[in-house]
Amino acid sequence: MRYMLLIYNDPAVFADSTREDGARMISDYFAFTQMIVESGEFVAGDPLQGIDSATTVRQRGGRVTTTDGPFAETKEVLGGYYLVDCDGLDRALELAALIPGARTGSVEVRPLQELAPM
Amino acid sequence: MSTVLDDVFREHRGRVLATLIRLLGSFDAAEEALQDAFVTALERWPRDGTPDNPAAWLLVAARHRALDQLRREAKRAGKQDAAADPRLDAPAPDPADLAAAADELAVPDDRLRLIFTCCHPALAVEAQVALTLRTLGGLTTPEVARAFLVPEATMAQRIVRAKRKIAQAGIRYEVPRRSALPERVEAVLQVVYLVFNEGYSATAGDELVRHELCREAVRLARLLVLLLPDEPEVEGMLALTLLHDARRATRVDDHGRLLVMGEQDRTRWNRAQIAEGVARVEHAMGRRRIGRYQVEAAIAALHAEAPTAEATDWPQIAALYTVLHRLAPSPVVALNRAVAVAMADGPDPGLRLVDQLAGDEGLQRLHLYHSTRGYLLAQLGRRADAVAAYRTALGLVGTTAEAAHLRQRLVDLGVEPD
Repeated sequence: MRYMLLIYNDPAVFADSTREDGARMISDYFAFTQMIVESGEFVAGDPLQGIDSATTVRQRGGRVTTTDGPFAETKEVLGGYYLVDCDGLDRALELAALIPGARTGSVEVRPLQELAPM
Repeated sequence: MSTVLDDVFREHRGRVLATLIRLLGSFDAAEEALQDAFVTALERWPRDGTPDNPAAWLLVAARHRALDQLRREAKRAGKQDAAADPRLDAPAPDPADLAAAADELAVPDDRLRLIFTCCHPALAVEAQVALTLRTLGGLTTPEVARAFLVPEATMAQRIVRAKRKIAQAGIRYEVPRRSALPERVEAVLQVVYLVFNEGYSATAGDELVRHELCREAVRLARLLVLLLPDEPEVEGMLALTLLHDARRATRVDDHGRLLVMGEQDRTRWNRAQIAEGVARVEHAMGRRRIGRYQVEAAIAALHAEAPTAEATDWPQIAALYTVLHRLAPSPVVALNRAVAVAMADGPDPGLRLVDQLAGDEGLQRLHLYHSTRGYLLAQLGRRADAVAAYRTALGLVGTTAEAAHLRQRLVDLGVEPD
């Protein structure tokens, strides 16, 4: 089954972290990615640019409105994701717990809706 | 006759359902097929006699119905070659099928899968409880709804959503890996604990002791001991439910008034159940992997074994509450510890401990905190303070039985309760 692992973090935590902490975080992410690539569960995964770069678009009654910033104002923002293909929810939760971001923020696990091919 | 059959169905439902879910890969299909099998049984058993192995008979019949259903759906979908699918060949209900079904049911793995699936931490706790009682327990959705004081439609919705999440989120029908087992067993025990507490000390409503829920909790705990024989906390849970349940009949007097332990008629406690509970907790603790449920059971055992209220081993109970507070810290445990200290060393040190908890907002809203203070203040002869504390407790109490108990305390102090 395919799952989206959505990594939410408070950007302020990163801003406050030391250079060593930052370097460790990067190498931990590298190790995690390496692990799921080798296990064959990795489909995709990327960090996102900060919310300063976010733009939100809505279309209502044919009118498109574009606003600066993310959809919701919360402390924890979507900072990156992995798309994995693994053996059921328990494995997805296990992978989510191994993501370095789970230690400082949270990881939301969402199964993909598998649509029939058009 | 049909009530006899009801009992048979109730007894075998969980076991048959657990295997059917594995075979059919769906909760809904399994429940539907089993319902059909019950209907068939209701028709045939009174005529042909109850089969030797009712569970195996029900499994064969339910499987047959499910395959029939699959075939009908395949036909509707226009697949004319469906009959050629060997999967869709309905088994004839012959002795060989029954023997195979009996073998399949004899392995407890399916019920273990079902328990871990129903109590998966990815489901909301209320949903875990509802699903467990409905599938493994013998309760229907209306019964579960009544027990938890929610409208039937709400409970039905809760169960539908939980089953949908199991399917959509890919919660697999399996026993968790060894490394995940402690956490998952804890989740299962939490559900049993919730069911028992809801039955034993109802948070609201007139019926203080909801008999059915207590019985279900003991039954679930017994099943868990059978399925997970190496987990001392599981045996501790069985001991805990047995020991509390043994006193159930004496907790309320003829007028529906709650009786504290010192007022209960000890001759009416269920001695056989107490003996089993004590043996269970001793056996569990002998494994030297202590946990909160074993400690709670040990406390219950000391209460149950005391020949009179005065002869209760309060110093030992106070010591166990100290251990419990270390394992599972909570203001309520701290309050219980204070009571035990008061009984062991006198009301003065007890009240000092109670008053140390005054800053806890949750406790302030709990009638037990105020009734405990009232009790200790009365013992110290501070009558006006005791009355005030009891009145505060009366304003917070949820059940009529407990309110009656508090009114009696006020009468004892020479005050009109209302």
